[in-house]
Amino acid sequence: MELTISIILGFMIIGAIYALHAKDLLSAVIAMGFVGYGLVICFLLLKAPDLAIVQIVVETITLVIMVAVVLDSTRKELEVSFDRRSLLTTIAGFIIFAGLFYFFYGAIQNLDPLGMHSLRMAETYVYGAVEKTGSINLVTGVLFDFRAYDTLGEAVILYTAALGALTLLRMKGKK
Amino acid sequence: MTVYILCFVLFLVGLYGVITRRNLIKIAISLSIMEFSIFLILVLIGYIDNGLAPIVDPGSSAQIYVDPLPQAMALTAIVIGLATTAMLMAIAIRLYRKYKTFDIREIRNLRG
Repeated sequence: MELTISIILGFMIIGAIYALHAKDLLSAVIAMGFVGYGLVICFLLLKAPDLAIVQIVVETITLVIMVAVVLDSTRKELEVSFDRRSLLTTIAGFIIFAGLFYFFYGAIQNLDPLGMHSLRMAETYVYGAVEKTGSINLVTGVLFDFRAYDTLGEAVILYTAALGALTLLRMKGKK
Repeated sequence: MTVYILCFVLFLVGLYGVITRRNLIKIAISLSIMEFSIFLILVLIGYIDNGLAPIVDPGSSAQIYVDPLPQAMALTAIVIGLATTAMLMAIAIRLYRKYKTFDIREIRNLRG
């Protein structure tokens, strides 16, 4: 399992690097779709079918929006020249990356190894959840019963974002 | 362990994109890539070997299910990620219509 996920993740990393360096914005967007659909396969392998369904829908919508934006504007990538200032920022970036990696490595030492996860507080969510919530899908039970307020907040955020996007697109700008 | 580190490498690729790219679309792509790596870490933490997908079969009893809590969190985060991406794209297309470019070095009207 770990090997399969690692291989898919390797392809996702290659796709991500290509997306960042593509000369054509349309191919960059398609390469990002590659990363997103790789994530869907990972979710399926990790026994998360709800997430896979949601991710495939969301990824498709994101791709459609991005392709629409790119086709409506320009496909050319900007030219970025490499000067002394960017050399300095590159060195600073590598130092920051190394620091982040150090802290991440320290953090994953405290995690259970992959596949050995012990249900601690989620035990209440798993055992007896069917009687408590009436839903045989445990993820739905958590989302809409135990943590219904979080879902309400999520719906509010989604509504606000949709409203904001609509306002931005309808507004007439100053010339 | 390798999987977690690869996930973090994917996160770093996204961070690198946010720092170095000058194109608004590429910055949005990098943000999405960072999001993806975080979703994958969340789901990996909740995975249990030989566990079933968290859908209870009423007929059988005493099964091991993978942890539904990180999955619920990731589900919320995915939907909010779509909202932020759509908003970012709306802002990008507005900026393009005003400035005729995606270059963030040229979009500097609000700077002093």
